[in-house]
Amino acid sequence: MPDPDIQYRPLTPAEEARRRKRSVAIALALGAWVLLFFVLTIVKLGPQILSRPL
Amino acid sequence: MTSLTNSIGPDVPAPAAFTAVGGDVPDYFALLKPRVMVLVIFTALVGMVVSQGHVQPAIGVISLLAIAVGAGASGCLNMWWDSDIDAVMVRTAKRPIPAGRVSSEEALGFGLFLSVASVLVLGLAANWLAAALLGFTIVFYAVIYSMWLKRATAQNIVIGGAAGALPPVIGQAVVSGSVGIESLVLFAIIFIWTPPHFWALALIKADEYARAGIPMMPNVAGPASTRRQIVWYSVLLAPLGLVPVVLDFGGLLYAVVGLIGGLGMVAFSIRVLRNREGDAEKRAAMGMFGFSILYLFALFSALLAEQSFGLFRPVLG
Repeated sequence: MPDPDIQYRPLTPAEEARRRKRSVAIALALGAWVLLFFVLTIVKLGPQILSRPL
Repeated sequence: MTSLTNSIGPDVPAPAAFTAVGGDVPDYFALLKPRVMVLVIFTALVGMVVSQGHVQPAIGVISLLAIAVGAGASGCLNMWWDSDIDAVMVRTAKRPIPAGRVSSEEALGFGLFLSVASVLVLGLAANWLAAALLGFTIVFYAVIYSMWLKRATAQNIVIGGAAGALPPVIGQAVVSGSVGIESLVLFAIIFIWTPPHFWALALIKADEYARAGIPMMPNVAGPASTRRQIVWYSVLLAPLGLVPVVLDFGGLLYAVVGLIGGLGMVAFSIRVLRNREGDAEKRAAMGMFGFSILYLFALFSALLAEQSFGLFRPVLG
């Protein structure tokens, strides 16, 4: 909840552009994180990944 | 009423670090000290290739990535803690925190997150011994060196050098699940290499370190004592650099590089000892600093080439 004693100002266009780039970088990093764990799982389990009780 | 720039810092005169509203993506990358990360990847890779063992290539790549990110995280925590002294040194004043592009709080959060993530990934990808060693390296660099030794003793970079020397040990732990004599020798080489490397720079930057209140060896023991110590460490390093040949994981190529490089280190250190005034002093110190980088790079490159490209020719039988 915003502090009523604090006066916020809008971001400048340059600051907004930086925030957009940071957001894209975070999204890409999250995607890479998911991909990394996917690859790790496949490599660790190998063919056994399909050999499990249903 | 207080006015804030966005939601991070006050819009009143305040340290630059508290007025940041979020940096550009390269600023966060710079927090990881990318040049140090490259060196860490390189030395960890050599620690992996000299190990007796085999690692699945994908696991090896992921492990190297985790080690590099862990090193970057410790660099980020170092920049968070040292932003006050970075601001008063020319060499570091343009770093993201003292320049006001990234806030201290952001850097702390970024560094802590990457520290935990890198250790977790290395543990899951390789083994928990390697992960524990990476965790120890991060804590040693960020807490023992940055928060304690750096501002407390002239032996700061001597003891703190252990953090920079550990990547080959982590690399061997990734491959073999244990720590062997090969990586411990590489650890010793980097550990003994660190003081002459950094003290050469500290001789030139003594005024800056004094202004920042950092007790580097030239400021505490004096330039003359530092020069003598640079020579002693170099004399110790030259034969130590040849131990891999004796232990038979360094071959003929390595022996030649190690011998020439070791003699070069001693020669450059003597040049530092003899040139004590003006431009000659600076040239000698910068020569030592530059050659020490070349020496370590050449040593580890020789090991990598011998082990990876079939160039290994035993010297002793």
